[in-house]
Amino acid sequence: MNIIVCAKQVVDVSEMKVDSSTKKPILQGVPFKISDIDKNAIEEAIKIKEEHGGKITVLTIGKTDAKERIKELLAMGADEGVLVTAPENIDYHMTASLLAGAVKKIGPYEMILCGEASVDMFSGQIGPRLAGLLNIPQITYAQSVSAEKDKVTAERNMGETAVTTESPYPVLITVTKEINEPRLPSLMQILGAANKPINEMAGDSLVSGLKPMVETVDLKGVSMERKNIVYKDDIEESVKQLVDSLAKEGVLGG
Amino acid sequence: MKQNMVLVYSDNKKLTIEMLSKATELGKELKSKIVAVIIGKPDENLAKEYISYGADQVFIAETNLKDFKAEEYADVLAKIVNETKSETILIGSNKNGKELSARLGGILNAGVVVDSSNIYVKNSKLIAERVVYSGNAIAVEQFNSKPAIITVPSKAFDPLKKDDSRKGETTKKKIDAEKSKSKILKVQEMKTEGANVEDAEIIVSCGRGFKNKDDIKLANNLADVLKGKTVGCSRPIAADLKWLSEDHWIGLSGHKVKPRLYIATGISGQIQHIAGMRDSGVIVAINKDPDALIFKSADYGIVGDLYEILPKLTQAVKDKMG
Repeated sequence: MNIIVCAKQVVDVSEMKVDSSTKKPILQGVPFKISDIDKNAIEEAIKIKEEHGGKITVLTIGKTDAKERIKELLAMGADEGVLVTAPENIDYHMTASLLAGAVKKIGPYEMILCGEASVDMFSGQIGPRLAGLLNIPQITYAQSVSAEKDKVTAERNMGETAVTTESPYPVLITVTKEINEPRLPSLMQILGAANKPINEMAGDSLVSGLKPMVETVDLKGVSMERKNIVYKDDIEESVKQLVDSLAKEGVLGG
Repeated sequence: MKQNMVLVYSDNKKLTIEMLSKATELGKELKSKIVAVIIGKPDENLAKEYISYGADQVFIAETNLKDFKAEEYADVLAKIVNETKSETILIGSNKNGKELSARLGGILNAGVVVDSSNIYVKNSKLIAERVVYSGNAIAVEQFNSKPAIITVPSKAFDPLKKDDSRKGETTKKKIDAEKSKSKILKVQEMKTEGANVEDAEIIVSCGRGFKNKDDIKLANNLADVLKGKTVGCSRPIAADLKWLSEDHWIGLSGHKVKPRLYIATGISGQIQHIAGMRDSGVIVAINKDPDALIFKSADYGIVGDLYEILPKLTQAVKDKMG
């Protein structure tokens, strides 16, 4: 079974600071990581490989430094990495087109796995866009996946319902964070990952003339203007003051 | 058929009606007419209702599709976009709508912005703003191409006043979808306690500060006297511990809520949780850690043990409300 896992390098939002005057996020110097849910996708791929054999290719778009992140995924159990180099600030249309170009170059595959969304932008566009470009079935929001020789069954978390969908190969599946617990690689695996290949593909050699259809023209700060009145003293007194304040706000009753 | 239509589609009627209001506003700016789309059963009454809420035209696509599959719906919708010559496409941002719009973007080679509740035209460019970085910033996204696809969350826009005298035309057309090779085997109701946090006016929410599942009754009791009757929770309680079903889960991957009053108890205030409740009217935080992040996002807070505070607060609210 040949599995391609799409993984995105993202800024670690929990390490992000906000400029106190403009309220804009400061992106400079924020460390990068692999988007959490993409690690769930890798973990699921490894489980399938453990059962059926095959090869896992990790596919990432980014600058050369993304190789360090790919190595983490190779240490977890992926066999090979592919890094598509592309300019920064590409939109979903360009990203999905480059991924589609790389997938075609990688060769025959049964399954593409993605996280349901990246933790920085949380759009969830890449999986379905890529499936659309490749004209293959998509199974999104999978909370469990069961692969067989010639088909896969997945349970999708649709909020109010759980939908069980089956598809022949090739198929694209996006997974949720709840699907599994990504493994931590052992020291041996981390050392072993150094010998696994990471192939670089130049973005413009895959698809030429790509232009963004959506452009981020500004990143605005979010002002969270709250009163921040905190009662810290005697609990009895604090509760009384809180209830008085809520009554004044007119949010009690009715 | 007119040029440059604004197309509105959701499998959810309420969401469609809300989007029709925004579409009407955009239509004035873009000098466009509004077309609402119904896929599947030809429901004439629904078409009339959409017209009374602002649609100039309703396009009913008669299909042989039974269940929702994004592959097939995207194929049908792509054909409708071409047929109606729509350039601005608003799709309801529920789970179906999101995967549908992204796939549609892929096959139409169109730009997509998901979850935007601020859409406008500036210097004749369509702009959609969306919250990014777990609620720490707003990205202002400008479309440089057509068609432009935007998904819209529920309650982002108020519906127009229903006007039964509004006139509009209804077009019915049979559209065949390219069949997907996938197959739906089973649709099961998820375990739910019917919390419906998105419509709640008052929410008492619990987090990791609760030590046992049974203790959640402390939050329940407070919600009861507040006549809110709705209990929400942060990720660990629903996704990891499963003490409450996922319909209670508030946050980036859970539900987004905007009640009049939100009381966060034993919740540390991770940005993912804040992203789900930041638009609430008044926010109250109860946490034993004075440095908990949640206090920065709260109007009022009490530092202390929720096991001591909640029963006292419940009693005090009861006394106050008489």
